[in-house]
Amino acid sequence: MSELLTPSQTVGPYFAMRLPWEQGPFVVPDGTPGAITIFGRLYDGAGDPIPDGLIETWQAGPDGRFAHPDDPRGPVPDGDKAFRGFGRCPTGRDGSFKIVTVKPGALPFGDGRTEAPHIDVSVFSRGMLDRSVTRVYFPDEEAANAADPVLQTVPAERRATLIAVPVEDGLLRFDIHMQGPAETVFFDL
Amino acid sequence: MTVSEQQLVVPEAPGKLIVPTYAKPAPGNHPPLDFPPYKSTGLRHPTRPLVLLPQRLTEVTGPLLGDDLISMQDADLTTQHAGEPQGQRIIVFGQVRDSGGRPVPDTLVEIWQTNAAGRYRHAREHHPAPLDPNFDGIGRAITDQGGRYRFITIQPGSYPWGNHYNAWRPAHIHFSLFGRAFTQRLVTQMYFPGDPLLPLDTIYNSVPDEQARARMIAQFSIEDTQPEWALAYRFDIVLRGREAAVFESPEGH
Repeated sequence: MSELLTPSQTVGPYFAMRLPWEQGPFVVPDGTPGAITIFGRLYDGAGDPIPDGLIETWQAGPDGRFAHPDDPRGPVPDGDKAFRGFGRCPTGRDGSFKIVTVKPGALPFGDGRTEAPHIDVSVFSRGMLDRSVTRVYFPDEEAANAADPVLQTVPAERRATLIAVPVEDGLLRFDIHMQGPAETVFFDL
Repeated sequence: MTVSEQQLVVPEAPGKLIVPTYAKPAPGNHPPLDFPPYKSTGLRHPTRPLVLLPQRLTEVTGPLLGDDLISMQDADLTTQHAGEPQGQRIIVFGQVRDSGGRPVPDTLVEIWQTNAAGRYRHAREHHPAPLDPNFDGIGRAITDQGGRYRFITIQPGSYPWGNHYNAWRPAHIHFSLFGRAFTQRLVTQMYFPGDPLLPLDTIYNSVPDEQARARMIAQFSIEDTQPEWALAYRFDIVLRGREAAVFESPEGH
């Protein structure tokens, strides 16, 4: 017996009253050794920036572990102090967002294959009645990306929309296009 | 044992891992991303087919946020300033559970809303209704072991929006929830019973299934109404539920 779910509704234009917080974009504190910044812009179907969007990220730590009881590999060594893994950033007037984090490790997929390092992303905004889900993959993981069981199911010509673009050391660009020729791949979760 | 622990019983056969999977919502339970009556969806919905994302480690885990983010005062929106806010004081409470009926404990619930006059405290809000210096309209709470939460706040007002001629939003409170897994993340809105704007509201009516839509309407509770003090509304929130699934672990062999 399963109940109907509470339906999704848009975050609307005023979520910024509550949801963002100062440390939200910092999955790790600024200045953490090995920290990377992933930045980008969120665009609508006309190519205009979306200034009232919200980007959330969720990822494993550099060791490929989650401080979460449902990680079946058991507790992580640091327990409560472990890597939090969550980032949240509202978009600016120019659609821009950034997340300061560390690169996640690879993960067992469960059937002998390995998932390349990746970050799950939720996109919210006014005009979105439900979130859209995408993933960030890393440009320096060519072999792992080629073998990634999720990327392999994405049409080859669209895979590049999921791979961040290196800008300089520690800086990666990941633009999100809701529509258009460069429409980002979104997932059915 | 909590629900989570039950799912993690050490497997009898080495090499097998137990990872929950979360059932898909029934058709019509959630609104479509492309919903022409809500004009802003037009340029903001994906147009290409979504790619199926298998639920693996990143999807069955999720942020467990909490204690460092909230204080007791976050759940009482009427005592966040020196003075009392204007309007009808209400208690909004309920249970967060999954579709299998299991409570979701220790999960962050975030809310935002207008004041009694239908005005948000936000720089881009232009509705000519007064701000209330004693009301911010923002709250946070963490569910207890039974998945329960409770806010004290002010009855929000209706306000006009530009979607179409004479469009007004019914009174509502925005809710954001994480559950225990990335898969369970939910942002929704709570509405009030008997609101005459509900049958006219584009966003409320974007949900195709009538019974699912009704899940967004709180129930007035005289039992929980506090005499001489505040009306009470119950709003239970149902997140995606789990089914156990077993797969082989490569490390175990």
